[in-house]
Amino acid sequence: MEEDKILISHAPHIWRGFSTSKIMYIVVVALLFPTATSIYFFGYYAIYLILTGVITAVLTEFAIKKLRKKRFIMDGSAVITGLLFALTLPPRLPLWMAVVGSFFAIAIAKEAFGGLGYNIFNPALAGRAFLSVCFPREMTSWVLPPYFNYDAITGATPLGENFTYQLDKLSLYKDLFFGNTGGSLGETSAMFILIGALILIVFRIIDWRIPVFYIGTVALGSFIMGKDVLFQILAGGLMIGAFFMATDYVTSPVTKNGRIIFGVGLGVLTVLIRNFSSMPEGVCFSILIMNAFTPLIDKYIKVKPFGFYKKRKNV
Amino acid sequence: MKITLKKKSAFKGLSLPENKITAEKSIEVLPVPEKVIIPLQQSIGAPCEFIVNRGDMVKTGQKIADSKSYVSAPIHSSISGKISKIIKLINPVTSNVMDAALIESDGKDLWVESKKLFDIRESEDFPRLKEIINDIEKKEILQKIREAGIVGLGGATFPTHVKLNPPPDKKIDTLILNGCECEPFITSDHRIMLEKGKEVLMGLYIISRVLSPENIYIAVEDNKEDAISYLEKLIVNMNFGRLFKIISLKSRYPMGAEKMLIKTITGRTVPMGGLPMDVGVIVSNVATSKSVYDAVIEGKPLIEKVVTVTGNVVNPKNLQVRVGAVIGSLIEKCGRFRSKVNNIIIGGPMMGISIVDINFPVTKGANCVLVKESRIQDEQNCINCGRCVNICPMNLMPLAYVKNTRKGNYRTCKEYYIDNCIECGSCAYVCPANIPIVGYIKTCKSILAKK
Repeated sequence: MEEDKILISHAPHIWRGFSTSKIMYIVVVALLFPTATSIYFFGYYAIYLILTGVITAVLTEFAIKKLRKKRFIMDGSAVITGLLFALTLPPRLPLWMAVVGSFFAIAIAKEAFGGLGYNIFNPALAGRAFLSVCFPREMTSWVLPPYFNYDAITGATPLGENFTYQLDKLSLYKDLFFGNTGGSLGETSAMFILIGALILIVFRIIDWRIPVFYIGTVALGSFIMGKDVLFQILAGGLMIGAFFMATDYVTSPVTKNGRIIFGVGLGVLTVLIRNFSSMPEGVCFSILIMNAFTPLIDKYIKVKPFGFYKKRKNV
Repeated sequence: MKITLKKKSAFKGLSLPENKITAEKSIEVLPVPEKVIIPLQQSIGAPCEFIVNRGDMVKTGQKIADSKSYVSAPIHSSISGKISKIIKLINPVTSNVMDAALIESDGKDLWVESKKLFDIRESEDFPRLKEIINDIEKKEILQKIREAGIVGLGGATFPTHVKLNPPPDKKIDTLILNGCECEPFITSDHRIMLEKGKEVLMGLYIISRVLSPENIYIAVEDNKEDAISYLEKLIVNMNFGRLFKIISLKSRYPMGAEKMLIKTITGRTVPMGGLPMDVGVIVSNVATSKSVYDAVIEGKPLIEKVVTVTGNVVNPKNLQVRVGAVIGSLIEKCGRFRSKVNNIIIGGPMMGISIVDINFPVTKGANCVLVKESRIQDEQNCINCGRCVNICPMNLMPLAYVKNTRKGNYRTCKEYYIDNCIECGSCAYVCPANIPIVGYIKTCKSILAKK
């Protein structure tokens, strides 16, 4: 038996094999549904924007890993960042701006903090926030869905101040649900976002608590503020934000109770921003703000161990 | 009257690929080895000291080491022959150096004389056997168990005479016989139930005589249907129907962990840092129960064990081996390795300890030798997904241990109740980043222990 090698390793000696990259690629597949709708509604230019976002993200990650002399793993996280980032963009944003945003998302929001697992803010949303500060005009110029026609008509997003709708409420909800409305590339169709989210929930990728408590709080808050609850839920980036961005593992709390607090906090912030700030939409910034609270939540919200009891002081 | 009850698990748990490839294979007796290595620390508690000297001739079953401390179990020679050397061994669990006796066989396997009260293989006169058991004093039973060096064979190796003698303020009302064997690959308890069922049940009867609990449960996972139906039949034959209940449990890892088992069967939660007896329960493993029978009725000390040798060997088997036989001889018997680079693991794939030296002996606590093709563990960054927190049967936060141990904040791990970790390995099994979480936990625990 001398010729055989014997190695030692830690228990457990078996592994489920459900790796980070598998999780990431399932998320990518789930994201293909909103991606497909964005292409359907906003035409070929959506394809260019999305490809620009993804390719820039992956190349940036590769370059920075090489610069930092770290191993580059194609684990799909850069693909998700690039894709999610692109889906938050206005449909006719100049491509070079998408390059800048995507570069910022990976280089500053992710790698500068230490790479996957160490970033405080959701990189895709940080990229978007960066762009809306740098290019406020371009980042708020919306078009109505032109399908595959090249010429697009400018129009306000549903949450915008000068948004008007001619038909009755039911067809408004219908349009919002199927996605035939103005807005960022990926946020328009609630239905296809929900299909993607269903995939994530079936594969147990995301915890239902964050989106449910987020959307629930927004619904409750809008009701209190006297707004149209269904409209507030379906319009804007709430759906894609709640299911795909707020649920990002790295930037959300790790415990179940922590996630509930996170979701409620997101909802409160979104309602506040939508109703009291100068911005029509608040999903992006509420997620970024709550991201900053995640370490705090994780520090104080712990799980009670099995058999936990409070030790009495006077025994 | 219904004997078998079905229960679901009271915790989330994992369903692991079972790989119980030796489940159908009868126990084979490994010939008496030419030499054995018998370490002095084979149980929790104080290590033993030699009561024989180098060069002495010993018989099979002769006590060679003992300790004055209460929490300790004596050690016996498993073959007859000469103590040729006292060697040093590294305990793979604690990494401490311990003494061990190298005994060379004289080839005769002469046993020390002992009084056999009954032979279950020759006679089926169970009422007579019960009478014999009822006539033995409780103290005498405990004394016999101690003298036979019996320890918990489920893996924890806690001295059985200590466990069966709880302090008088702890009233024990439930006794659970643990036949879950929730780790993949291992089938030794399964085979013991099928082939030594009578001894197991009689052993349980002896233990119940000591503790006189109100409820006695035999817990078996539902992936061992044959064992359940066999034990059911035996219970009827041996007229234990009123005393014993079998509980068929949904197969979930780690069902065999005491605290999980107690929660599932009785609904009681063992308090943090407490023992099962704090909630009035004692759990005993089937192999321990069989050894109790051997010790009390047949006067045989714990010198033989059923060990599953499985995994990447040509011919996996369940072997009955003498304690102290070297692992290499077991693997040799099963046709050696099938691949070049292997891990040799004592125990199952989830909690077993991998060893470097195939000349390491089988100890009392070993129930499986698993040969596995090595896997390179490619550790990636923690992405905070929370799978480890979700799966932990003890409701702990394993990722906090990894982060704090990396930074050297060992005390912080204590705030996260690292002492409660049972090292079941569920967290590392599900970790998408493939982080050896249990490795970090063990490191942190051992550093905290030294402080």
